Amino acid sequence: MPLFYGTEIRSRLLLGTARYSSPAVLAEAVRRSRTDVVTVSLRRETAGGRQGGAFFELIRELGVRVLPNTAGCHSVAEAVLTAKMARDVFETDWIKLEVIGHQDTLQPDVFGLVEGARILTGEGFEVFPYTTDDLVVAERLLEAGCKVLMPWCAPIGSAMGPQNMQGLRAMRAEFPDVPLIVDAGIGRPSHATTVMELGYDAVLLNTAVAGAADPAAMAEAFAMAIDAGYAAHGAGMLEPRDMAVPSTPVIGKAVFS
Amino acid sequence: MKLTINGEEHEVQAGTLAELLQQLEFEGDWLATAVNGELVQKAERADRRLQDSDRIEVLSPMQGG
Repeated sequence: MPLFYGTEIRSRLLLGTARYSSPAVLAEAVRRSRTDVVTVSLRRETAGGRQGGAFFELIRELGVRVLPNTAGCHSVAEAVLTAKMARDVFETDWIKLEVIGHQDTLQPDVFGLVEGARILTGEGFEVFPYTTDDLVVAERLLEAGCKVLMPWCAPIGSAMGPQNMQGLRAMRAEFPDVPLIVDAGIGRPSHATTVMELGYDAVLLNTAVAGAADPAAMAEAFAMAIDAGYAAHGAGMLEPRDMAVPSTPVIGKAVFS
Repeated sequence: MKLTINGEEHEVQAGTLAELLQQLEFEGDWLATAVNGELVQKAERADRRLQDSDRIEVLSPMQGG
C-alpha cells in the first residue's frame, strides 16, 4: 500500500466528502469505498451554529484519516492561512494545497502553488499539491519539499477522464519513486482503472461518486476498478498490435481438403 | 467597538477573542479562528486582545473535495 509522508494507507482510493445528498449517504459511500482518507474543508461558521460540529463528529465516527483542503483559495496568503487554521482544527500536518488560478476551469495557479508549498513545508506541513501534469512544475514542487504529487487528469468535477495520457505517462516515468495521486476529472470507474494501469499510486475523487444515482454502489465500483488497474499494472500488460495474432495454436490443425 | 466577523460588521464589547466567541455563542472544539489574517490557535484565544476594526474569521469543518 502507498506511503504518504511515511504513513501507509489501506486503500488507493481517496474520497471527497462534498455534494452528497445527506450525511447518511456520505457515510455509506465512505464505508463501501473502503477508503482510508477523506478530504474535508473549512468554511465560515454562523454564530450559534452547530453544522460544522455535526459534520466533524460524523467524520470522526467513520474512523478514517482526514486530508483537509484549501479549496476555493485564489491566493497564496489565503491558502496558507486556511492550511494553518485547518491544522488547528483537524490536528494533522497533511494539507491538500489548492491555489485556484482560473475561475472557469479551476486550473491551479501553479506559480502560487509552488510558493505556497514552499511556505507550508517550511512550517512543518506535509503538502499534497493539486497540480497539472506539467513536469517542470512537478520538479519545482518537489524542490519546494513536496513528497507527494497530485496531478489533475481533467478539470475538477468535469467527469471527462484522462485528457492527456502522454502527459500522465511521462509524469509517472519521470518520477518513479514519488507517490502520484490522480486528483480531479475522473468520471467513471474505467477512468480510474486507466490511470492506475499507468502505474499511479492512488486516485482522489468526489463528484463521480457523490453525483451517481447510487453513490454507495458507485464507491464500491471505484474501489474494485482501482484495485483492478493496480493489479494489471503489476501483472504487465500487452502492448497493442496492428495485426491479428491467433490465440489458438495453428500447429496440428486438421487439413480437410 | 466595531468588528468585522466573517465579513459582517458587528458592534460588540469584548476584550479578548475568547470572550467574543462566548458572547456570540460560537461554541465547540471544532472552530478555527483568525484575526486580521493571522491564525489564533485555540489555546491563544483567551490571551488575544481585540481592537476596534479587527477582522475576525471563525471557520468550522465542512464537506470538501
